[in-house]
Amino acid sequence: MKVGLFIPCYIDQFYPQVGIATLQLLEKLGCEVGYPSGQTCCGQPMANSGYEHLTDGCNRLFTDNFKSYDYIVGPSGSCVLHVKDHLHVADNETAATHIRQNIYELSEFLTDVLQVKSLRAKFPHKVGVHQSCHGQRGLHVSQMTELVGPAFSKPLQLLNMVDGLELIELDRKDECCGFGGTFCVFEEAVSVKMGKDRVADHVHHGAEYITGNDVSCLMHLEGILRRQQSPVKVLHLAEILNNE
Amino acid sequence: MNTAIKDHAELAEAFNANEPRVNWHDETLWWVRQKRDKMAWSLPEWETLRETASLIKHNVLGNLHAYLEEFERNAQQNGAIVHWAADAEEHNRIVLELLQQQGVKRMVKSKSMLTEECHLNHYLADHGIEVIDTDLGERIVQLAKEPPSHIVLPCIHKKKEEIGDLFHIHLGTPAGNADPQLLTAAARLHLRSEFIQSRVAITGVNFAVAETGEMVVCTNEGNADMGAHLADVHIACMGIEKLIPQRKHLGVFLRLLARSATGQPITTYSSHFRTPKPGQQLHIVLVDNGRSRQLGREDFRNSLKCIRCGACMNTCPVYRRSGGHSYHNAIAGPIGAILAPNLDMKQYADLPFASTLCGSCSNVCPVKIDIHQQLYKWRQVLVQDGQTKAAKTAGMKIMTTVLSRPGLYKFAGKMARWVMRVAPGMVNNRFNPWYKQRELPPPPAESFETWYKKNR
Repeated sequence: MKVGLFIPCYIDQFYPQVGIATLQLLEKLGCEVGYPSGQTCCGQPMANSGYEHLTDGCNRLFTDNFKSYDYIVGPSGSCVLHVKDHLHVADNETAATHIRQNIYELSEFLTDVLQVKSLRAKFPHKVGVHQSCHGQRGLHVSQMTELVGPAFSKPLQLLNMVDGLELIELDRKDECCGFGGTFCVFEEAVSVKMGKDRVADHVHHGAEYITGNDVSCLMHLEGILRRQQSPVKVLHLAEILNNE
Repeated sequence: MNTAIKDHAELAEAFNANEPRVNWHDETLWWVRQKRDKMAWSLPEWETLRETASLIKHNVLGNLHAYLEEFERNAQQNGAIVHWAADAEEHNRIVLELLQQQGVKRMVKSKSMLTEECHLNHYLADHGIEVIDTDLGERIVQLAKEPPSHIVLPCIHKKKEEIGDLFHIHLGTPAGNADPQLLTAAARLHLRSEFIQSRVAITGVNFAVAETGEMVVCTNEGNADMGAHLADVHIACMGIEKLIPQRKHLGVFLRLLARSATGQPITTYSSHFRTPKPGQQLHIVLVDNGRSRQLGREDFRNSLKCIRCGACMNTCPVYRRSGGHSYHNAIAGPIGAILAPNLDMKQYADLPFASTLCGSCSNVCPVKIDIHQQLYKWRQVLVQDGQTKAAKTAGMKIMTTVLSRPGLYKFAGKMARWVMRVAPGMVNNRFNPWYKQRELPPPPAESFETWYKKNR
């Protein structure tokens, strides 16, 4: 099984440790992982701003980079969802379709494809999980509080395999953090207020760490925590699952 | 009327100047969302009901012409007079003519978002006719000279003390008294005197049944009934999308409406209006006002399934923290943001961007409108139509150039991290909206790609 590692641009530039943890975790679980050099961005920042017509270059790059892999895995629900919903290349639609159908967010790849039943991981801390919207409501990695149906959560299923980790309950299990791509700057006031409220829910319930499967949301929450000089830290799910 | 272009982000920022009030607004609406959840979970068939409602409306939208004609035929047989209005202006003119025929200068109106959309109150006021809104929440905002901030809870942005002050000025309640029981009693007395005197009553319509020609109006206060039963002339104003094919379909929609709206099992009054009582006139005004245009937009057609429950507003984390007035449209929140650009792309170009695309709205919608996907699609339409600022377009083009060329991207990333380390003030300054209330991530010495090349 050849896995192509998709490291979104802002993780590559600002959170390399998340890319490293994702790579090490997949290798530990026996995957043959390749990282195509020349990756940039999935095109989501432009598309969500209304400029999907400018994403041809990104789409072409992405398709060329990942067409030869069986699976494409990335540590970001949002970017993965964007590719799944919007990756098209006019003269290479077969390759684009293959990618759309075989791209996975990390947690769903671990639970659904690798069917991981146990992990060699230890993290003796109180952890709050931020359910990022695009992973949850877009990729359905967890049940959503709005819908009447049986409970499940792929990230929680994995975190429950980690030694010593104590999950905290939240008042609002799956409220958006307010990052929202360019929303975070164009609607700064509401974005920050949403982030502050999300952070407060975790802090109030005694979280030492906030984790999740989208670094963009975590970057926003971290920015608020650091401005508040809070001791609470953020870590991507991969960093916890890879911690021995 | 003020014709300056308003902007959601600016209005929302002003709303956020008072954080305790934002918290109060957020928690009040979250409480309604929780009530809705409880009601949804009390019905194991909830998701099937939503799907059924969505499919019934799908059928309605696909055969709207036939259902409208069937409804008109049956309504006329019932003794109603049916009027057709192509737009808001024609709707207002029809209503004005009916009022002028009756020679009334003052009349009652129960809640109708359609008449808000058409700005009927202003129009009639300009022609010397005063409208008394009889829904309590609407009456409150009317006394405050404000538009409703929510389609189901029009005065949800007002605290009871503010309502006490308004009632003291307008209805003569004791100064400083905000006891809800006293205030509602005063409102009841005030409204009853209006009901008794009013010879014409306007109501909205929640559902119009094609097979019977009847209309169903849902209220919690019975104010539609009070108005319509006491008046000589009942004018019911409805958008053409309010139709349902058969009476039995009410069994789906009435179960969904109040549960989604306020977390009640059913609205207190679900009143059926079919035939005018002897001596009374019943007028029905069927209004298009952009609906057939929206019906023709394949990507946005489903927005016409909306039954105006307001669940998408209650769940929207942006709406809860920006307030209904920040949407500067009769219908606020996520549903307003996909309906408004159809009315005027220039005036409402900001609204589809007032969302994080979290998708909660689509999940609570009782008729399964893909609201957040339509928000995304409206963004594309608005950009193509030239409704975004030139600076944003220029920024996006630069971003595209960088992200389409791996070499340039690597260089730009390296430079950015270098600047952030050496001269953090270049990015951490007041011109950067991110930095205003948040820190940027500490820049790492190397990118993942550089690490990978060294280590694998």
